[in-house]
Amino acid sequence: MAEKFDSVVVGAGPAGIAAAFTMAKAGLSVLILERGEKPGAKNMFGGVIFRHHTEQIAPEFWKTAPVERHVVEYQYWFLTNDSHVLLSHRNQRFNKTFNAFTVHRAKFDPWFAKLAEDAGAVILNRTTVDDVIKENGKIIGVKTDRGDVLCDVVIAADGVNSMLSKHAGLRDELPPEAVVLAVKEVIALPRQRIEERFNLGPDEGIAAMLVGWGSGMHAGFMYTNRDTLSLGIGISLQDIDKSGERPHILFEQFKNHPSIAPLVRDGELKEYSAHLIPEGGYDYVSRIYTDGMLVVGDAAMLVNAINWEGTNLAITSGTLAGNTVIEAKKKGDFSSRTLVSYRQKLEESFVLKDLKKYKDVPKFFSSNQQFFTLYPEVANELAYMWHVVDDETKDAHLKEMKSTLFKRRSRLNLLKDAYHMWRLMS
Amino acid sequence: MSQRVIAIEDKLYRNRYKVDQDSHLWIKDPSMCLKCPFNFRCIRVCPTDVFKWEENKITITYDACVECGACRIACYDIGWKNPKGGFGISYKYG
Repeated sequence: MAEKFDSVVVGAGPAGIAAAFTMAKAGLSVLILERGEKPGAKNMFGGVIFRHHTEQIAPEFWKTAPVERHVVEYQYWFLTNDSHVLLSHRNQRFNKTFNAFTVHRAKFDPWFAKLAEDAGAVILNRTTVDDVIKENGKIIGVKTDRGDVLCDVVIAADGVNSMLSKHAGLRDELPPEAVVLAVKEVIALPRQRIEERFNLGPDEGIAAMLVGWGSGMHAGFMYTNRDTLSLGIGISLQDIDKSGERPHILFEQFKNHPSIAPLVRDGELKEYSAHLIPEGGYDYVSRIYTDGMLVVGDAAMLVNAINWEGTNLAITSGTLAGNTVIEAKKKGDFSSRTLVSYRQKLEESFVLKDLKKYKDVPKFFSSNQQFFTLYPEVANELAYMWHVVDDETKDAHLKEMKSTLFKRRSRLNLLKDAYHMWRLMS
Repeated sequence: MSQRVIAIEDKLYRNRYKVDQDSHLWIKDPSMCLKCPFNFRCIRVCPTDVFKWEENKITITYDACVECGACRIACYDIGWKNPKGGFGISYKYG
C-alpha cells in the first residue's frame, strides 16, 4: 500500500518550495520529490532572486541565506562586434531597500528548501517521478523510481521540461519558439578584483543585459557574484537552426568580445551549464490545472522575458497553488472545479497580468530583429561620430549623423518602430 | 580580438556528473536519421556535443548531457526521460 499525503510536490525549486511551504504551514502533509542529489542540483539561471517575493516566505532572508551580492546597478549593453554603447542605472536606494540578489542556485535552493522542511514538509532527494497515477481520469499520485506515492493534489514544479504536464495530458511538446536556450559559465575571480572591475562596494553587485553582438537575436547576460561572475547567452532555438552556429561557439564569441574579455580576464572556469528558459509568454501558458494536479513556475511557462523575471513568478505561483490546495482540502474537493481557482488567482495577480500585457512582445521582437541588430549598430555609429575629432565642423558631423541614421532606417520605419514600441509598452 | 576558444570537453570537465549505466536519451526510430528532415538539428542545438553522426547513425554521449532538453524540442525522434534519481548533472553553482 503506497503512502498517502495531502500533496506531493514534484521539484524543489522556488515554485515547488513556495507551494510546499504554504501547505505545510497550514498543517497539510506534504512530500517534496527532488530528482537531483539535493535541491538546486539541476537548476541554473542568470540570475537573481527578488527581495519582495522571497521575503513573503522568509522575512529578511539575506541575513541567513547564501546570497552572493545585492544588485545596485542595472546595465544595458548595446554591442557591435568591436564597440559598445552602455546604458546603466545605479541607485543608492538599492542599498537601502534591496531589490534583487545574485545567488548560485545549487547553494540557495537547498537553503530555501529547508524552510519548507522546517514548516513540516518532507523532502526526498534523488527521486525521479516517471508518471502520474490516475484513477477514473483523476490524478491521485505519482510513480517514482522508488515506488508509488498517493496524494490529493500533485503540484508539478518540475521545470521547463515538465514531464508531468505531458504525462497528465496538459500539454504537448513545446514548440521551438516557446523557449530560449541559455548557456552559461561560472567564472571565478578574486572578490576584490570583481569589485574593482565593476566599481562595486562589498556585497554590491551588477546585473547586465547585452544585445547586438553576432548576428541574430541573442541576448547576453552578466551577473556579479561574491567571487565569481555568471556570464551567459540566451539564443532562440529557431535562431540556432537558421544561423547554423553552435551554442557553445556563440558563447565563446561573446566571451571574447573586446568589451567583455577584459571583464573576465584571468578568471577560472568553474562550471558550464545550459538550460531552457520558457520565454514564449502568455500564449504558451497552457492548461495549468486538472483534476488532482496544479502546474507552477517554469513548468507553467511563467517567465517574464521583458523584465527578466522568473523566480518571483515561480514563488508567487507556488504560493497561490498552495493556497488553492488548502481551500480544496477544506471543501474536500480536489477536482478541477475547485482547482480552477488557482488559474483565477494567477490571472488576478501580477504574474498573468504582466505576461498578458507583454503577450505580443516575443513575437514582435522575433519578426522585428532590427531592435537586436540594426539599432545597436546605429547607436554605436552615432556615438562614434559624436566623439571622433577631425577638421570637420560640428555642423557637418551632425548632418552626417542624421544622414547615417536615415540611411540605415527610413524616417517612416523609425516612426513605425517607435509607434509599435509605444503600443507594446502602453 | 584574442580568440581563445575553449573546447567543449574542457568546459564539461569542470562539471560534476554522476553517470548512470543506462542512457536517458535514445533515438526512437534510427532509420529516420538517414533521411533527417531537420538537417541534424539535434547535433546543432546541443550545447554539450552529445550527438554525433558516425557510420550512418546518430551516436549519443549521454554522460555529457546537462539535461537542458533542447534536443527534445528540436526533434520528435529523440527519446528523452529524466535520469534516475541522483544521476546526471549535479551543479555545484548553477
